[in-house]
Parts: sequence; structure tokens; C-alpha cells
Amino acid sequence: MSRDISRMLVERVDRSRSENMGISKQARRVIVAVIALVLSTVIFWIPFYFVIINSFKNQAESALMNMSWPKSFHILENYKAVLTASDHMLVRAFYNSMLLTVLSIGVLIIVSAMAGFVLQRRDGGRFSSVFNFLVLAGLMIPPAIVPTIWVLDSINLFKTLSGITFVEVALHFPFAAILYKAFVATLPREIDESALIDGAGGGRLFFNILFPLLKPVTSTIIVLESINVFNDFVNPLYFFPGSNNATVQLTLYNFMSRFTTSWNLLFADIVLISIPMLILFIFFNKQIVAGMTAGAVKG
Amino acid sequence: MTKLTIRTYSYLFLVPAFLIYFVFYLLPTALSLFFSMTRWTLTDWDYIGFDNYVTFFSETALSIGFRNTLIYAVVTCGLKVILGLLLGAFLTSTALFKNYLRSVIFFPTLLSTIAVGIAFSIMMHPSSGLINTSLAALGINGPDWLGNTKIALLSVALVDVWKGVGVATVIYIAGISGIPAEYYEALKIDGGSSMNAFRYITVPLSRPAMNSVIILAFIGGLRSFDLIWAMTKGGPGFTTDLIASIIYKQYQAGFYGLATAGNVILFVGVSLLAFPLYKYLTKSEVYL
Repeated sequence: MSRDISRMLVERVDRSRSENMGISKQARRVIVAVIALVLSTVIFWIPFYFVIINSFKNQAESALMNMSWPKSFHILENYKAVLTASDHMLVRAFYNSMLLTVLSIGVLIIVSAMAGFVLQRRDGGRFSSVFNFLVLAGLMIPPAIVPTIWVLDSINLFKTLSGITFVEVALHFPFAAILYKAFVATLPREIDESALIDGAGGGRLFFNILFPLLKPVTSTIIVLESINVFNDFVNPLYFFPGSNNATVQLTLYNFMSRFTTSWNLLFADIVLISIPMLILFIFFNKQIVAGMTAGAVKG
Repeated sequence: MTKLTIRTYSYLFLVPAFLIYFVFYLLPTALSLFFSMTRWTLTDWDYIGFDNYVTFFSETALSIGFRNTLIYAVVTCGLKVILGLLLGAFLTSTALFKNYLRSVIFFPTLLSTIAVGIAFSIMMHPSSGLINTSLAALGINGPDWLGNTKIALLSVALVDVWKGVGVATVIYIAGISGIPAEYYEALKIDGGSSMNAFRYITVPLSRPAMNSVIILAFIGGLRSFDLIWAMTKGGPGFTTDLIASIIYKQYQAGFYGLATAGNVILFVGVSLLAFPLYKYLTKSEVYL
């Protein structure tokens, strides 16, 4: 009741204001919007445009490093040159990156969901504070590089796809586990109890009943971590070296020294590498934002 | 219930995750404490006590990393906290085109850091780069963004903010959207301006979001490597080296013990700064 009155009051104040300065307020809104559009164009669109338009030019023209319209277009030629350079390194790199992303996200989802389930259901138990501390520490403390290489080497996983996959899983596990733990907390224990009464064990309960209910957070983690793994540069640099093993981020790095004079090809590589992210952004915008904010606001 | 709990919520569920986590993260982290005190060739090691740490702190080429890393973390974190708040407040207001603007600001966070670094280092070329030729057209003599030792680190930090402010903004947007509309209505009834609303409602009540941004951006800044490596490789000289890039250089040179000491310093530094900061921030939070 009192809320309705306050709403009415606000509306009346609003109306009287807009009667007095309706035009100026509207004008201000438009001016602010125009400034925002101009700034966003200068700050964000010009770099995108610069990279894309230069990937269409020939070498001499791209060496000028300006954003003028190309005198002649070399789109197919440039992109073909980038894809075939160094014995199709970029094609191999795309294959490696995709495989690495799919494998590590697959393993990550299964092991973190299982862990998040038990960590939440036994929260407050004897060992829970130890586990929680270990998981939180992983969010903050950067990995020790050379000892990781030593461990990988001792079990013959250094420079292998399985090795880097396990490293990616280990490094992304804390974030995924915390998200899963928070989401499992929203699933009432009554579900567990009725499943148990119906004769299901812990395994059936989790895999057949709870895991499907975790779908929203699973999709968030899939999208967000795919971006992180696909864009990862440091871990492949250390743990997956060798030109046969190149991931897409490393091709960019290799081409940087190789194509020092061919900006057009370097830019074509940048465009090709960014396309998968653009596609994800268009289709999964909501999950990406949800994941980034959920992780932050919870933690 | 206890028997049921043990059977149903068996710790066996934790085994796959913690096995991977232990072997590929916890174990190397623990081992780093030992290997940082050795001269190490990966196959063989000599115990040399704290020599690596002494080297790290006494050689300018290495110790400059502490100062640079701290500057980099503070600058990137500070700018993301402030710009993110302003953008978040603007994009939750009645502004026109806000969905479009939100997408444009957010998109760079999805790009590869290396790609962004390469593109910007070309645009920051001192004579023919896009930034300086544009400034010249306005009659401004642009600096040598990445070649001048005084500003190179800040130039890279600015690119970091360009790329990362989108995350800060969406976190603020989530926080600000959670503030009950009644507070703004009450302030309006009392005749407060929109500046008052920002100062007395939005800023204090978006503190949880601000704390998340501070922690994430600060830790991210302390750990960052990709961007500096793509843009300056620590140069000119070693004036923009961060601890993470020094670790990589020592690793490349084959000084594995020294690189590991750098790693230990980095994670001790992160814990010493981040944990107290986290404690302090969450203590002073305002609850709705």
C-alpha cells in the first residue's frame, strides 16, 4: 500500500519534471548516446576494422599500417597463404586446439561435477575444510611451471596431448568445482532421499538424477572454459612445445617472428583465430556473462 | 543417516578430480619449494640453499620484476575498478543502445590475448602506427608507446584494460541490477539528483561486485604474462619484465632452479597480498 503511494509520488514528480524540461532531458539522453556511440566506435571498432581491412591488402599496402580502403583485394590469396604456410601448420593447429578443448572440457565437466556434488553434500564434514582450502588455493596461486614439466616428464606425458589435457583440467578444476558446488546446493536433499528410497545408490543418484539437473551450470562451464582453453597461450607454450604440436595461439606467436614484414598475413591469422570466439559469442552470450558473474559474485 | 551418507556421498566421487588436481597442480606446487633451492637440469640437481632467491633479489634484471608486477597489477586493477563502475552504472541506467554498448565492451574479453597484443603493438608503432598518425593529424606528437622505457609498461597496462574492462563491467552490472529499485525511488522522493543516487546508493551497495572485481583484476594482474610477452617481451632492455616473463626467460635459458624460485616468489607474493586483501574487503562489505 505504502509502496503504491510512493510509486505514485515518484510518477508525479517524474511527470512534473518531464513537463518542465522534457525536451532538454530527451536531448541530453540523445547527446549522451551519441557520445557513447562515437567513443565505442573509436575505442573498439577501429582496432577490429584495422585488423580486418589490413588482412585483405597485399603485403606492400599493409606495410603502410593505415586503415585506408584496399586498392586491390587479396582476400582468398592471403587466407590461403596463411592456412598453407609451414606445411599447413594452422590447419594442424586448429585440429590440435579443437581436440584439446573438447578433451579437457569433457574430462573437466565429469570430474568437477562429481567432486562438486560430494563436496556440497558433505559440507561441514570432517575433511571438508581441507578440500575447500585446497580448491580455493588453486583459484589464487599460479601453477609452478618447471616442476609441472618435471612431473609430466617422469610419467612420460610431457609434450603429449594427454599431458596438456590433464594440466588444463587441473588448472580449471577449482573454478568449475566451486560453480558446481554452489549449484548442487540449490538441489533439495529430498531428491536424494526419494531416489534412495527407490533403491538407487550414490552412483545412480548422481549420474541419472542429479547430473541432468545440473545442465544450466554445465552449459555455462562448457562455454566459458572452452574460451579459456582455446585462447590459452601459456600452458601450451610450456607443456606442449614442438611445431607438430602447435595450438592456434602458438601459430600466431610463431608467425609474429616469421611474418615480420607481412602484416596482411599476420592479420589474416588473427581474424581466422577469432572467428570461433565470435561464433560462440553470438550464440552463447548469456552463458558467458552468467559464468563470469556467477564465479565472481560467489567467490 | 551417517552410514547412508558414507555410502551415498562416497569420497570415491572426489578421487578422479583430486587425483588429477594433486598430480598436475598440488604436487608440482609442493615440489617447487624444494627445487627452488637447487641448481637443476631436470635430470639432476644440486642443493644450493637460498642462492636462487639471493640471485633473484640482488640482480636488477630480476628484481625489477617485483616493482613492475606491482605497478602493472595496481594500474590495471585500479582502472578496471573505476571504469567498470562508471560503465556498469551507465549501462544499467536508461541510456540508449545499452545492449549494443555492453556487447561491444564485452567482446574483447573473448579474443586471444596474443592477437590483441600483436594488433596493438602494430598500432602503437612510433612513426607509422595508427595511433600516432591519428594523433599527428590532430597536431599532437604521440610518444613512442612501447619503446620509451618510462611509459612502455603503462601502454601495455592500457591494452590490458581495453581487453579486460568488459568482465569488470558485467560483474558491476550484475551487482547494480541487484540493488532494490525502492532505494532509488526513496531518494527521488527526497529530491536527490542522479549524482546523489550514484554516490549514496550505487557505489556503496555495489561493494560486493567491486570487491570481486578488485580481487579478480589484482590477482590477474600479478599473474599476467601473455600480453607483455606479445607486446614487448619485457623490453626495451628488461624495463617491462614482469615476474611471470622473467620465469619464462630463465626457463628458456635453462636455469630451472632459478625459474622455480621465481615461481615460489610469485605465489608467496600473490598469497601475501591477495588473502589479506580478500579478508579486508569482505569484512567491510555492506549487506542488503
